[in-house]
Formats: sequence, structure tokens, C-alpha cells
Amino acid sequence: MEKSYYDPKDLKKFGNISELQPKLGKKFFDYYGEVFKEGALTQREKSLIALAVSHAVQCPYCIDAYTADSLEKGADETQMMEAIHVAAAIKSGAVLVHGVQMMNKIDDLTM
Amino acid sequence: MIKERKISLQGQDHKLSHTDRQISILENLAQVSFADQLEGLGQSSFKPTGIDVFQVNMGKMCNQVCKHCHVDAGPDRKEIMTRETMQLCLDALDQSDISTVDLTGGAPEMNPDFRWFVEELSSRGKHIIVRCNLTIILANKKYHDLPEFYKKNKVEVVSSLPHFSARRTDAQRGNGVFEKSIEALKMLNAVGYGLPDAELKLNLVYNPSGAFLPANQAGLEADFKRKLKEGFGIDFHELYAITNLPISRFLDYLVASENYEDYMQKLIDAFNPAAVDGVMCRNTISIGWDGYLFDCDFNQMLDLKINHGAPSHIRNFNTDLLSSREIILNNHCYGCTAGAGSSCGGTVVNEG
Repeated sequence: MEKSYYDPKDLKKFGNISELQPKLGKKFFDYYGEVFKEGALTQREKSLIALAVSHAVQCPYCIDAYTADSLEKGADETQMMEAIHVAAAIKSGAVLVHGVQMMNKIDDLTM
Repeated sequence: MIKERKISLQGQDHKLSHTDRQISILENLAQVSFADQLEGLGQSSFKPTGIDVFQVNMGKMCNQVCKHCHVDAGPDRKEIMTRETMQLCLDALDQSDISTVDLTGGAPEMNPDFRWFVEELSSRGKHIIVRCNLTIILANKKYHDLPEFYKKNKVEVVSSLPHFSARRTDAQRGNGVFEKSIEALKMLNAVGYGLPDAELKLNLVYNPSGAFLPANQAGLEADFKRKLKEGFGIDFHELYAITNLPISRFLDYLVASENYEDYMQKLIDAFNPAAVDGVMCRNTISIGWDGYLFDCDFNQMLDLKINHGAPSHIRNFNTDLLSSREIILNNHCYGCTAGAGSSCGGTVVNEG
């Protein structure tokens, strides 16, 4: 098999992280399960948020998982790509808004 | 993504056009078999609750070649039910109190005796359901009056529409199908089908366009209603979310796209004991184009005929023997018990 840092099969082993620290692992998965239950947001909305965040944090496992999950929750391609654009807008905005800090510093340092 | 099809698997002499090959793939499952799964629930014997629905497959001829079709229907399929077999169906209905007759195909309307059969059923006061692929209404002038014909015979129309987006629908059912389906839905609405509070029932069917399970039926129905009304002014009554079963062309897609194992695992992981009691084989009998009897349309396409002492052909129809028959199971049955369950009438478990 080609050596790679990411192996799609590892996604199925996600639960194994509890083996080395069962108490904290359980707390995490209980929390995780609770977060994705239907609540003030629908499960589909949560899945689209997760899909967008997966791209923002650049997690290939999460992208695979929440692409499939979004389809299963009834989202279509247009909605899914829009969600990614939201993540992209926030990421690029986050870079650009720091431009204000740069501009402030320029003011501090220049006449 | 697989290419759009022009002919059936049978027309290509594809290996999966042979049912024994399909069954061999289904039975070669590393995990627990469906029969063992039921046995674990204390159901070593799986029997019907009765026969409420008489589902007739009018033939495999169809104007479409959908990628997920479990019938492997298409324009190149010539198998259709003869009027003699339809008469045997009517004779069987006359000796039973079954009230609902569900006509499917292929495109049932392409059978030259379709209208005769519907009128015979109508004269007997049966509740008639026709599974219409929508595009047939526009396929040829001789079908343009189908909405009026359905109305005259008080037929309930159940129409396939995989998605409210053209992209998703055309990907599954063929280029241009979405546009024609929308036109056909408008024709049905124009004669009174699907309108709020109308008695002329128009229900839609959603199938996932890929290797994933259907979403929550109620949520999908709300989306479909909003999108079809806002986009096209179309009304309909209910949306049935149906899981794709790993049979025939959908099985071919799963194997070719290397999704088969993951999809079966997904079905097994989603096995819902609460769905078992509501699966369609428990209150339905499925009649093949050649008159043979099956527990459901999927068993029909795998050629798993009714046996265990119950009659396997419509000419020997016997309500009592068929009502106490043993339902034939295989691993495709996981498709009907995954998640909220799946039947010809959509999900079987109240999703709350």
C-alpha cells in the first residue's frame, strides 16, 4: 500500500481513541453524539455546518464522513458547496480582518 | 459516476443479469445474514399478516433506463403480462377480499392491455395504484391523456421523482427526465391530481441517487413541497422515501463503484428491529409478468418464487395458503429494515 499520513480506513477506527484513555474518550463521544442530535438546529443543518468546518480545519476524515452524512440527511450538492463557501468566506475574512491589525501597526510605526 | 445507460443489463448480457450471480454476491456476506438476524429476534419463521395489497408487475418494458432500477427495465425489454394472465389476476381477486391493487413495471402503461385491466379493476371497485414514471405521459401522443384516464378510474398515482433538482434526477434517471417529469406533474395537477384536499391522490417517491440511505421522510417531503411549489407551482400529497435495495442495476452500480461492501455494512449497521413488522412482504403479494407469485417485487427480480407449499403461480391462487406462507429471505432484505424502514409506501417506522 502506498504510504500516506491519511488512510480512509482509519476513519472506522475513530472509536479506538478511547482505548488509551477510556474515561475521556467516553466523555468526548457522549458529547459528540449529543451535539449531533436533532435540537434547535435540524440534523441536516448540523451536518452542513460540520461539512463546512471539516473544510476549514482541513480534516479529510471529516470531509468524507460529512459529505456522506449530508447526502443521507437530504442535502443536495448546491447546499453542500454553499456551506463550503461559508467556511471559505470566514477563513479568508479571518485573514483579511487581521489586515486591520497590520494597518494599526503601520500607523504606530510610521509618521 | 457511471455512464447513462441506453439498454438493460440483460440487453448487454451482463453477468448481473443472471439472478444466481446476484444471489451469490448477496449471500457472500461476512457479517450476520438477514435470516440469522431475525432468528436472533426470535423470528425463525417469518410469515405474512395477511394479503392487503395485490401488486402486479405489468412487464419489464420501460421508456427509461434508470441507473438504480431493480427490475432492469428498459426499452429493450419485451416481457409483458398477457391479457390471459391479467384475467387470472382478476379471477384471483374475485375469490378474495383484497381491496388494493398496485400496478408497477417497467412502465405499466406500455402494456397494450393496461387500460383494459385498469377498467376491469375499477369496475370491481378496487383501490388502484399506478406506479407512473411520469415521462411516459409525454413519451408518445397516445399517452398524453393518461391523467384524464387515471382520473376517470380514480387511480392513485405514485410517481418517481428522485430529487427536486434536475442534476440529481437526471443523474439517476437519464438526461432530460427532470424537465419532462415536471411537465407531467403539471399535467396531473391540471386535472386535479395532488391538489390540497383533492381526492385524486398524487404521491411522489424519493430514492437516494447513490450509495447512501434516504433522509428523514418528513423533512424531505417538506423540502420537495417547498421547492416544487416555489419553482414550478406543483402540488402533491405525500413523499415516500424508499431505500435502494442491492439488486440488479443498483447492485451493478455498487459493485462497479466499489461501494458494495460499505453499503451492505451501512444497511446492516442501520438494521432496525422496529421496522421488521412493517415491511411490505407481510401484507403484499407480488405477481410477476408471467403470473408467478413472489413475496415482493425484489424477490421477484431475484426469481425467488413463493414456495414451502404455497402456490407459486396466479392460476393456483389460494388466499389461505398464501396468507400462511413462509416469506423467503435473503440479505437484500436488510434494505427494507434499515433506519426508518422502507416499503412501497415509504418509511415504515414513525420517525417522530
